[in-house]
This record gives sequence, C-alpha cells and structure tokens, in this order.
Amino acid sequence: MSLPPTNGGFQPPAIAFEHVRIAFDEGDILRDVSFRAMPRETLVLLGETGSGKTLSLKMAAGLLKPSAGRVTVLGHHVESMPERELLDLRREIGFVFQEGALFDSMSVGENVAYRLREERADEDEIDARVKEALRFVELEHTQDMLPSELSGGMRRRVSIARALISRPPVVLYDSPTAGLDPVTSQTIITLILRLRDIYGVTALLATHRLQDGFALANFSFDADSKKVVRMSDAPAGASALDHAATRFVVLREGLVYFEGGPDELAGTSDLYLQRFLI
Amino acid sequence: MSNAPFQFAGDASQPEESLTVLGVLNDSAKRLIQNVQDYFFLAVRSLANIFSGPYYIQDLLDQMDGIGVGSLPIVLVSGFFIGAVMVLQTGAQFTRFGQTALTGDVVALALVRELGPTLAGILVAGRCASGIASELGAMLVTEQVDAMRAMGTDPSRKLVTPRVLGTILVLPLLTALMDFIGLIGGCAASVLSLRLDVVQFWTRAVDALEFADIMQGMTKPLVFGFILATIGCYKGLTVRGGTQGVGRATTQAVVLSSVLIIVSDTFLTKLALFLSDKIF
Repeated sequence: MSLPPTNGGFQPPAIAFEHVRIAFDEGDILRDVSFRAMPRETLVLLGETGSGKTLSLKMAAGLLKPSAGRVTVLGHHVESMPERELLDLRREIGFVFQEGALFDSMSVGENVAYRLREERADEDEIDARVKEALRFVELEHTQDMLPSELSGGMRRRVSIARALISRPPVVLYDSPTAGLDPVTSQTIITLILRLRDIYGVTALLATHRLQDGFALANFSFDADSKKVVRMSDAPAGASALDHAATRFVVLREGLVYFEGGPDELAGTSDLYLQRFLI
Repeated sequence: MSNAPFQFAGDASQPEESLTVLGVLNDSAKRLIQNVQDYFFLAVRSLANIFSGPYYIQDLLDQMDGIGVGSLPIVLVSGFFIGAVMVLQTGAQFTRFGQTALTGDVVALALVRELGPTLAGILVAGRCASGIASELGAMLVTEQVDAMRAMGTDPSRKLVTPRVLGTILVLPLLTALMDFIGLIGGCAASVLSLRLDVVQFWTRAVDALEFADIMQGMTKPLVFGFILATIGCYKGLTVRGGTQGVGRATTQAVVLSSVLIIVSDTFLTKLALFLSDKIF
C-alpha cells in the first residue's frame, strides 16, 4: 500500500478500517473491509450503488456501528465508543451528506451556524465565521434564504460550509457531485480541493464518478494565485506530496477490490475497474 | 441493536425469516418485543434527559406554542359542543323523572373526570402525534437526523425531549380549558333547551366536583401527553421506506396513541378511584 511520505517518524492513520463487516436483515453489505487514510490524505471510495460507500462513511462518523471489525478515527475506536463520547468526537469530523441534509426549517445562515450555536459560541464570532464559511463557498448572499429556495448544487455548497465551520481535521463527503450537472460538479470539486489544500483536511470521499477522484489527484489549489492548477504546474516539492495524498479504494461485493494510487488505477487492465474508467 | 439512538440496523445476528407457521409467529413475536423495547428505551430517555444538560429551552417553548396554542381552537370548539350534547342527551333522560336540575352534576363530573382529559388527549393526538411523526419522519428520510448526530447533537435531547415535555406540560392546561368551555356549552344548552337557570346549573356543577375529581382529571392528561408524544416521536424516528413510510408512520402514530390513551384511561380511572377511596 502506498502511503504519503512522512517526516520519518511513525504517523498513525487519521482513519483506519480493520476487517470491518456490516450486515442488515438482507445480508452482509460489507464483509471484510480494511483501509487506512493518513493525515491530509484524500481517500476516494469508489463503487457501484449499494456497494457500501455511504455505510463506510457513516461508520467512520460513528453513525452506524459495524457488526464486526474495528473503525479508528483520530485515534478513537468509534465502534466501541458510547454515543455520548461519539457526540464529542463528531465535533472533529465534518460530514457532507449526499443531498446536503440541511435543516429545512432553518435559514442558510442558521444551518451553517448550527454547530457553533450548539457549542454556545459568542454571537459576534458566530456571525463572522458564518460569513467566512459562506464566502468560502461563494454563497454569502444566501445567508437569510431557506434551503428550499436554493438549487441542488447550492445546497451541497452550503452543506460544505456547514461542515467546515468548526474547521474539522477530517471531512467525509458522501457522493458530493451525484445528480449535479458537470459545471456544478466542477464547482463542488474545486471547493473540496480548496478545503484540502488550504486547511489540510483528511478526507474520505464516496463517489461513483471516477473523474471526481482524478480531479482531486491531478489538480491542486494554489492559494497565492487563488486558482486550480495541475499538479505538474504546481510549485516544486508540493506536487509529489499532493499526488501521493490521493488514493482510491474500490469496493465490490463487500470487499476491497482495488486499493492504490491514480496511476495504478488509470493503467489497470482489470475489466471491472476499466468500467469505471470509461 | 447498537447503543446509538434510533439506529435499528447493523445487527448481524438477525434470525433468518422462517417459512413455517410457527416460524412466522416466532419472528413476529420477536419483532414485536424488539419494537416495544425500542419504544421504552426512547420513552425513558426522553424523560431521563430532563435531569442532565444540554437543555433546549427555545425548542421546548416552540413545541409548547405549537402543540398548546395550535391545538386551542379544536379543543375549545369540540369542548363547547361536547358539553352541549351531553346536556341534550342526559337532559332528555332526566326530564322523564323530573330531575333536570341534576344535569349540571352529570356534565361536570363526566367532563372533568373522563371526557375532558380523554377527548383532549385524542384530539391533540390526532393533531400532534401525526405532526410529530411526520416531521421527525421527514427529517429522518432526508438525513437531517443523521446530520444532527454528525454535528454532535443528541437527537433525543434536541428533538424528542422538547416534544414530550412540551406535550406533558400543555395537555393539562388544554384539558382544563376544555372542561371549562364544555361547562359553558352545557350551560348554554341547559338554558336554551331545558330552560334551566344559569346560576342553578353552575351551582350544581361546581358543588358536584370534589378535589379527587379534579386531581383525576388533571393527572390523566400528564399520562396521555406522554403517550401521544412518545408514540409520535417513536413512529417518526423509526420510519422505513421513504416518503411512503412517513405517511404510514403518521397514520400509525395517530391510531396507536388514540387506542393507548383509551386503554390507559381505564386503568388510570381504576387507580384514581382506588386512591380516592384510600386518601380522600
């Protein structure tokens, strides 16, 4: 398994799945899944619908418990943590749901501010950080609007703003571009790139769109020029690190079918994997 | 089942569905016991949350406003006409014996002890148990409940306890208002239909009531409020099958809470009568 370079010392993974199994009434969805995401790394979970991508994210956030195996996030064994401790751990994790999952009875601003209000933060600070988060996703003007007044893409962007408001070290993205047009999908991917390259978050990204993963692997956000640039055009030294920091895990029939970097996946001769490349 | 609230999946030890008659009955019984256990877990948590923070006071006030003030029109209108129809029904019988003056006694006792709490409970169940189940069910299927948990909020504290506590607090008030308006409706019907004197009706109605009657009438709504709110929350938070499931849960919440209110009323009445004999 290729891991991003470290400074020589041992670095524990930010997220680790070890022999994870999850079963429902209809049978096993994940049978024996193991993977690791190192700090600042982006792990792209690929798979067909129903392959267990969303379940994996929910297990990483402790929203679901595995039937067997171990899930470690930021050094905590989430599978055995009581709900009360999990609530505290989840403050360190941002979760972007597939359809946004915005609270429809609250305004956009209240949605984004939700976590800070729960933490009883100062109102002036909340206002400043909500504006900053909405500015990050370029939706400042929607602060007083209701989620129902936004388009699907805008709702996802608000969801990203809500996830980043507390600057979590780990962000989980559940099919962030599903059902969106190519231009809006590109906007969402750019935001994920910015979040990764500016804040250095560790990310699990579930998707069935390979192009999202390759975009993350091949492009980076240059904070100086405020532009998305190809890795090969990025400043010297950054390219190798960032390139290694995006890896792919393909789930199939409850198991890890493939795990590796973008080059390995792009050069694969496996017929199943090639279906994703078309 | 895991210890995460409202997570009813992920258990690998589910028995395989049996195709024999005995097997089907066995599976159904297990599911029923599991559902009852989950309900009690939620119901106990909803009250246990009162004894430790964080508290959601604004949510509690919002729920009290929505459930209490929102239910006021249906409770008042229904109460008035229930009181009136009781007078018409009982008055017709009392007229045969020349005892129409007793109408005030009967209406007061029936309303305060029985009809007020039960009908207020059923009316509020029809309006609020369905509302709670559909609101929470919609939040569940759109992943808003998961989003809440993902942001470090316990949904049982944020969503369940304010609804349960809010209903428990406002239902006795609604019942008291229903009793009062029911007596006004009864008074109006006795004056217009039986030609009774207003003062005579009120004097008999008030004199007929004892402290034990009022205690009985004010204690029942506490239990009914708890039942309808917890059933609404449970049905909403265990929705399966998308928006169709939300509709099904809404119907089940109203039916189940109404039936449980009537069933529990029998036992509460027996208990109240027993206690009033012993204490008062």
